Amino acid sequence: MDWLTTVDHKKIGILYLIAGALFFGIGGIEALLIRWQLIKPMNDFVSAQTFNELITMHGTTMIFLGVMPLIFALMNAVVPLQIGARDVAFPFLNSLGFWTFLFGGVLLNISWVMGGAPDAGWTAYTPLSSKLYSDTHGVDFYTVGLQIAGLGTLIGGINFLATIITMRAPGMSFMRMPMFTWTAFITSAIILFAFPAITVGLVLLSFDRILDANFFDVSEGGNPVLWQHIFWIFGHPEVYILILPAFGIISEVIPTFARKRLFGYSSMVFATILIAFLGFMVWAHHMFTTGMGPVANALFSISTMLIAVPTGIKIFNWLFTLWGGQIRFTAANLYASGFIPTFVMGGVTGVMLASAPADYQFHDTYFVVAHFHYVIVGGLVLGLFSGLHYWWPKMFGRVLDEKLGKIGFWFFIIGFHLTFFVQHFLGLMGMQRRIFTYLRGQGFDTLNLVSTIGALLMGVGVLVFLFNVIVTTRKPAGAPNDPWEDGRTLEWSIPSPPPEYNFKQIPLVRGLDAYWKEKMAGHTEMTPAEPVGSIHMPSASILPFVMSAGIFVAGLGFMYHQYVVLVLGLVITFACMAIRSLYDDHGWHIDPEETTEKGVKE
Amino acid sequence: MSAPHAEQVTSALPHEPEKATLEGRNKVLAFWLFLGGEAVLFGTLFATFLALREQIADGPSANELFKLPIVAAATFILLVSSLTSVFAIQAMHRGNKKSLSLWLIVTVILGLGFLGLEIYEFVEYVTHEKFGMTTSAFSSAFYTLVGFHGAHVLFGVVWISLLIGQLAKKGLTVVTAPKVYVSAMYWHFIDVVWVFIFTVVYLLGKVG
Ligand code: HEM
Ligand SMILES: [Cu+2]
Repeated sequence: MDWLTTVDHKKIGILYLIAGALFFGIGGIEALLIRWQLIKPMNDFVSAQTFNELITMHGTTMIFLGVMPLIFALMNAVVPLQIGARDVAFPFLNSLGFWTFLFGGVLLNISWVMGGAPDAGWTAYTPLSSKLYSDTHGVDFYTVGLQIAGLGTLIGGINFLATIITMRAPGMSFMRMPMFTWTAFITSAIILFAFPAITVGLVLLSFDRILDANFFDVSEGGNPVLWQHIFWIFGHPEVYILILPAFGIISEVIPTFARKRLFGYSSMVFATILIAFLGFMVWAHHMFTTGMGPVANALFSISTMLIAVPTGIKIFNWLFTLWGGQIRFTAANLYASGFIPTFVMGGVTGVMLASAPADYQFHDTYFVVAHFHYVIVGGLVLGLFSGLHYWWPKMFGRVLDEKLGKIGFWFFIIGFHLTFFVQHFLGLMGMQRRIFTYLRGQGFDTLNLVSTIGALLMGVGVLVFLFNVIVTTRKPAGAPNDPWEDGRTLEWSIPSPPPEYNFKQIPLVRGLDAYWKEKMAGHTEMTPAEPVGSIHMPSASILPFVMSAGIFVAGLGFMYHQYVVLVLGLVITFACMAIRSLYDDHGWHIDPEETTEKGVKE
Repeated sequence: MSAPHAEQVTSALPHEPEKATLEGRNKVLAFWLFLGGEAVLFGTLFATFLALREQIADGPSANELFKLPIVAAATFILLVSSLTSVFAIQAMHRGNKKSLSLWLIVTVILGLGFLGLEIYEFVEYVTHEKFGMTTSAFSSAFYTLVGFHGAHVLFGVVWISLLIGQLAKKGLTVVTAPKVYVSAMYWHFIDVVWVFIFTVVYLLGKVG
């Protein structure tokens, strides 16, 4: 019950972690089923229809319900601590964002048992996703489920923007903010400007399907390419929503375990902003083959390649940070170091794809699949594992087992390269993306077998991590404030896990890497910026949960044309909003004497 | 050191009550951000409309359909309501709760008037011109864009009405003031969007 009503950012972070991990697991099982189907030619493990549903749900689940929530988990767990705040700007909204995301994700996934999952690919291109070609309710689950989940993401994004702008501790100027917080900030800004576009796209698609509108129906004047524009205006920035936080994690982990400050901090900040900006300019590189014409193709080609410049700056900064450092290869740092070459490979194939004429060859082949998995899995997922190992002690008060962590790493990274490296060649040899089976004697057999074996190894890696979590959780908690001993940022200056109110006294920040700076000056604690006093806390509330449940009900009603249900759901949601605004809730206080006892949660 | 929280400010109302507390300032800032997102939302809807506005299939075209007088009247009403919401905020800054509530009530009434005209317009199109959501790509784009805006107006009307109730119950405080301020920002925003709709949808539809 406590968990249903919590507004504490640390607990919400854990909720995001659990939910994200669950969906990541579902997406992973789907991936393994896909690979199992492709293990040999002419396999009949699943039907073509099921295969379409599997790839669609795999991609959709992984991106929207697996990795994005995991990013939000780390952002919630870490950002307020890194900026020296007691909470986010809007604790209530934080909880609302989580529950809407979760209910949206559940709505999308119950499609499996409610008459068919979406089957038009995670990009849901029209007319494939129109009623004509996809006549189950699958795509309706996609449009409505993602709409609701997307709402939650948007709420989370606005909350983090406001938090980072207004809740920084005294002395924490923007140019003293830790890199992870910077990337959380920029990612939230991208969310704010990209998600409304997909919101509209999903509205249009659901209107076409549910209300018989004609946005994408050519016979009534509609235009399917319009969907692609809207989808990718959101979709390409989405890629940076995913990767920038990974950059942020790497920028925290590497300096800590190299015992050096991050090389080129300000160029890192600048590069992050530049990448975000360019990310909005390049969406049509997904549409080279739609006949936009040579001029548009050339422009989008060049603007895409430009992104390699700030990305390159980042890569070199990490290398220079490692250079001459006293490097310790903990599990977290292994993942971070494994990230660098892997991500570079993904980036290089990205530049190759950005060349419009070459893309006519690569388009919709396994080369593309290999590319985006190198960046998403080899980039973001490695980054997430690194961050989880790194911040686990701060979140749970227990250090993950290093040995198991390293074993998991090796399974994962070897499996990863086996799976996806060979897919480049499959693509170059002409194996199309999203085919459900292939004939013998086309030269695809061995490489597909290798790829599937790699996927299984990756699965083992994930299981080892899970095992590690279980083993660790059964050990007594007792991690020190700064378990890595070389922590540089504010989160390491307070207990692990932090008390409910994070900081007994808001710290005074005197430079970049605030905690490191104090340590170098011979202090063991931060200098406080305020006297000890009573601490204001927000109250817990069940309303976010009920509001999201209302939206869920309304979504189902809309999908099935049950307008009574639709209205009922909306009434629940709006009634909660009215209650929230009519009854002021001033929260509660923790008195100074209590802070010593209430130190540790639960 | 840190800014006062809402429950700490008990003395007389400060000059800009909406910005007197940390919560209030956060609310205003977050609302600006939210409006940024809303701008993208409407931007995408406008882009969709512009892409499809000539795709009338075998339904009526914009030129045949639109009757400018009624739209002009709706525009006038909405613009005036923006003005009355400015008066409301000015009253708030003077600390005059009564006049604040009064101007908010006028704003709500004007908003309702606008909605009435819009509903009348839609019903006319559907019943007399056989121009519904499913008629053509143009019609789908038209109803979606204009309807989305209308839904925003409706939401604003309900919201401001609830605020009027709150003001009556709790008075003008550092808790209610940011809410009023933010709702006025919202109201201006949907007004600005309407100006674009009037130009891009109606004027362009008549002449372009
Ligand atoms: C963990 C191991 C993973 C394996 C073995 C795997 C495997 C696959 C396979 C075989 C496909 C189908 C390609 C096709 O036929 O078009 C696919 C598609 C896809 N995967 Fe993964 N994947 C994994 C992880 C991920 C992750 C972590 C993400 C995202 C964060 C992801 C995102 C996608 C996307 C977006 C698609 C495209 C779906 C579509 O074509 O609609 N994958 N994956
Ligand atoms: Cu892209």
